[in-house]
Amino acid sequence: MPDIGHVTPESMHFAAPLALRSGAQLRDYTLVYETCGTLNAERSNAVLVCHALNASHHVAGTYAAPDGSVLKGSEGWWNNLIGPGKPLDTDRFFVIGVNNLGSCFGSTGPLQTNPATGAAYGADFPVVTVEDWVDAQARLLDALGIDRLAAVLGGSLGGMQALSWSLRHPERLRQCIAVATAPNLSAQNIAFNEVARRAIVTDPEFHGGHYAAHGTLPRRGLRVARMIGHITYLSDDAMEAKFGRERRAGAKGFSTQEIEFEIESYLRHQGDKFSEYFDANTYLLITRALDYFDPAREFNGDLTAAFAAARCQFQLVSFTTDWRFAPARSREIVKALVDNQRDVSYAEIDAPHGHDAFLLDDARYHGVLRACFDKLAKALA
Amino acid sequence: MSARPDMALIAELVPKGSRVLDLGCGNGEFLAYLREHRQCSGYGIEIDDANVLACTQRGVNVIQLNLEEGLALFDDQSFDLVLQIETLQHLRNTEKMLRETARVGRIGIVSFPNFAHWPNRLQIAAGRMPVTRALPYQWYDTPNIRVATHADFEVLARRDGLRILESFGIQKGAAVRRWPNLLASVAVFKFDRG
Repeated sequence: MPDIGHVTPESMHFAAPLALRSGAQLRDYTLVYETCGTLNAERSNAVLVCHALNASHHVAGTYAAPDGSVLKGSEGWWNNLIGPGKPLDTDRFFVIGVNNLGSCFGSTGPLQTNPATGAAYGADFPVVTVEDWVDAQARLLDALGIDRLAAVLGGSLGGMQALSWSLRHPERLRQCIAVATAPNLSAQNIAFNEVARRAIVTDPEFHGGHYAAHGTLPRRGLRVARMIGHITYLSDDAMEAKFGRERRAGAKGFSTQEIEFEIESYLRHQGDKFSEYFDANTYLLITRALDYFDPAREFNGDLTAAFAAARCQFQLVSFTTDWRFAPARSREIVKALVDNQRDVSYAEIDAPHGHDAFLLDDARYHGVLRACFDKLAKALA
Repeated sequence: MSARPDMALIAELVPKGSRVLDLGCGNGEFLAYLREHRQCSGYGIEIDDANVLACTQRGVNVIQLNLEEGLALFDDQSFDLVLQIETLQHLRNTEKMLRETARVGRIGIVSFPNFAHWPNRLQIAAGRMPVTRALPYQWYDTPNIRVATHADFEVLARRDGLRILESFGIQKGAAVRRWPNLLASVAVFKFDRG
């Protein structure tokens, strides 16, 4: 299927302060976003796509190289789902990707200048939550003149944002599509995040988060953080199928510190790549946003009470081998919605890939999302 | 269930505006019918990927679950009506699902192929497992792991303390109220907890 073609990021500055859940506030801020497709005359066909831990506003399409050709490796992170004729069809929907606050891909975050000091925020960037992100996204929609979204779509942490939209701005979306997500993180999940954070914070180059002032980067910590993350995004079976006990060509044998197995090589490669483009403070902030998300908390842990506020239709999807955001967690959301007599559909996809499945092109998964968007397009017509 | 007369006959048992849980809802056809003709709302439960997709395409709420794992997702008496249309014969845990149906729904409706329909009896008498329109499979490839008769269900319902509110057979799209155990290929029961 054809891609959307080249896209160009845009940015919008917000001069009004944003009150954060922590009690802190951002005096002013900028959001970087991308759109594809065309907003219809009724302004009713907009779909907001929320990103997860390490992604951005660049959901689909490509960037142009200086000579106008496709910049190598510039495909959006959800390019297999979003584009002309794809399940989220940009011939019918106006798709918006927004980079979240605290990220390192252009929106106001640790790498940007703190107006109070004139230096980069670094470790001083305030803790942001899923709810803060959603409120910031809502202001962007205000500025774009979009009162009501056709849908909010997200996977993993992006799914949490989609759920949060349905609770904080219930009248502003018709459909919430939350994939491979959870109503909160389990203790085990927080534990993985904490190990990743400790890897970063205990890197001698971290300097309390002010590594920029020291002219360095905590790459080692970021590498280990990414390696841990990667293990949890794959299923045992997927890892076995891909790497097994395969030895690396030219391995020395009987060493303790060299790469002996292919899986080690893969994890180190992923860690190296990640440490070159991702910001350590952003990693800490985003994993914290994951940890804190818990809409039931204000309702004494009663998720059903939390979802009483929701008004839109819901489509939930989980993957059987996803042990980080397991199907049982999606079923908790389904139960809360059923208890509230909300419109909800739930597909449990028998895919082997673990959590990563939400980014892959699986016919059953994409079929369900296509059907969901088709239904939405008919309702809008 | 595909025949529309069958759907219409069963739909007449459904109070208008009911909140419905359809266990083994297939492609969502009956739920869509109830939505249109009886102003019902609710959810279908399905295990099969293709059926889940078909329901989504139809705009019917569908929750992908394995019924053999029970209905823990649903609170006691949380639906006006729980349906098991042509589902019971596929379940290993038939009796448990019947109790679950009566727990979750204020009313239950069950339909299934009646094994005691007279052509089946003839084929059995001739020494062979029946192959008919209602039971179109050979014994070695049938997805039906339970076979029961109209009369059998009455016995089970009594045993589980269920009160049968209405029952009839369906044969060629018509209700059979006289000797349904002999004259109908499909058995239909509407019941509550008494």
